[in-house]
Amino acid sequence: MKTASPFLELESSPRVRVWFDGAPLDLPEGANLAAALLAAGVGVFRHTPVSGAPRAPFCMMGACFECLVEIDGIVRQACMLEVSEGMRIARPHQAEGSDAAQ
Amino acid sequence: MRHSDLIVIGAGPAGMAAAATAAETGLSVALLDEQPRPGGQIYRDVDRVAPLREDILGKDYSHGATLTAGIRRPGIEHVDGAVVWAIEQGFRISYIRNGRGGQLSGDRVILATGALERPMPVPGWTLPGVMTAGAAQILLKQSGVLPRRAVLVGSGPLLYLIAAQMVRAGTPPLALVETQTRGDLFRAARHFGGALRGWRYLAKGLAMLSEIIRARVPRYTGATEIAVEGDDRAEAIFFVCSGKRHRIDCETVLLHHGVVPNTQAARSLGVTHRWDEAQTCFAPVLDAWGATDVEGIFVAGDGAGIGGAKAAEFAGRIAALKVAGDMGKLSSSERDRLAAPLHRQHQNETAVRPFLDTAYPPFREALLPADATIVCRCEEITAGDIRRYAKLGCLGPNQAKAFGRSGMGPCQGRYCGLTVTALLAASNGLSPDETGYYRIRPPLKPVTLGELAAMEDGARGAAE
Repeated sequence: MKTASPFLELESSPRVRVWFDGAPLDLPEGANLAAALLAAGVGVFRHTPVSGAPRAPFCMMGACFECLVEIDGIVRQACMLEVSEGMRIARPHQAEGSDAAQ
Repeated sequence: MRHSDLIVIGAGPAGMAAAATAAETGLSVALLDEQPRPGGQIYRDVDRVAPLREDILGKDYSHGATLTAGIRRPGIEHVDGAVVWAIEQGFRISYIRNGRGGQLSGDRVILATGALERPMPVPGWTLPGVMTAGAAQILLKQSGVLPRRAVLVGSGPLLYLIAAQMVRAGTPPLALVETQTRGDLFRAARHFGGALRGWRYLAKGLAMLSEIIRARVPRYTGATEIAVEGDDRAEAIFFVCSGKRHRIDCETVLLHHGVVPNTQAARSLGVTHRWDEAQTCFAPVLDAWGATDVEGIFVAGDGAGIGGAKAAEFAGRIAALKVAGDMGKLSSSERDRLAAPLHRQHQNETAVRPFLDTAYPPFREALLPADATIVCRCEEITAGDIRRYAKLGCLGPNQAKAFGRSGMGPCQGRYCGLTVTALLAASNGLSPDETGYYRIRPPLKPVTLGELAAMEDGARGAAE
């Protein structure tokens, strides 16, 4: 999962330990979660409920919902969250948004 | 429920300017924004970032700090991190903040919800590694994160800006693959008068272009047959240029062919929208003050039609003056005196638009994609599916939802709406206005029952 990242970070800031699908990652505290995961080499954030196709952040502004991840059992947009210590992040496996009123 | 004279939704240039101007006249203002810090997308996180990266992002970005300074004043309550999911008559705003529901009320509402990237459905655009060019800019601004091996694809000045910023940051793009043609530039020449009034933009564009050329970034124009290749992620971009086939290996593909008004909130209130032929998108019908045909609702900034950040700032101030006049804080003569220079400045800022819109038109193949291309990313509906619905008698986007769920996923049509309208209009021989757009209803963003249950105490009574 964690490979050489296609992204470069201009500055390094203090990191905290988080967990992505059970694996430890050290991300900059307070950073945008989607950006931090991309920079850490996370290539696939979720698989679509329709065909299982891989997806990753697309718009970075809360509009496309491609960066959905599961945190504490709730499916949320990674690009709208900030990194905090001990975050447990998972790829949403069920049909995402299943507990959301549409 | 807390009450304000004016509620402004969106803390980008239009929203920040509107809030500041309204507060100066004595109005109480609630300014709601989804992001943790003000600035919108164009000035994202400007207070923290401008001192760090002005050398890369440029002085135009740092200008945003004058606007964030303007909202730090009594009379403005900035509700940050607030995702608005409903705007109801009266007006009552429901939002989610830190996983809890909240509500506010106000007498007038200015919608300053800005723009979205125009959807650019080309084969492979759903693969990981494909992002909007705007997304790359947000990564750079807010997080100092840049793609190492990226190709920029599409048309418009934003591509030059991002390419120039990437050059300055030491990671130039592998190539710039542009879709506009010499013919487009020729057609734009008749708008050159307006372009001269906006000469600062042209000068800036030429300066960026020369930065890109000096850095020896390969540039292709008039590209067609664009497709992103790769199995599980983007591995290459394919295109045809001057009859030659090209394939460039890369890790990231950044798509952009213009931005379009984000109309979700205005549509949910029943504001009338019309097709704008010059900008190839829908825009709300407004008077000179930004007032909609729904009493008390205004739209300012790119959500009203694309004009850019500086125009948005003036439009925000103009709408705020109108609200101040309506609510007795300014006489109509005082209001008009204050607004007159703003109207002039707004016109100057938008003078360059007809030239830019013609010189950098949207990529034709992405307006009416090939049958196999996915148009609704959420529900994985292809252009061929939409054409098939049309053959079966589907006339409009709302009917299309019943045929195949397009626009019913979590993004609620934000990245397929214009394409679905265009495909149905073309298939049925109707105009975009006749074809219409998705009917937008609350929740504007998905809300969980848990978030509703955790409603802030002050709002609980009102919600029941």
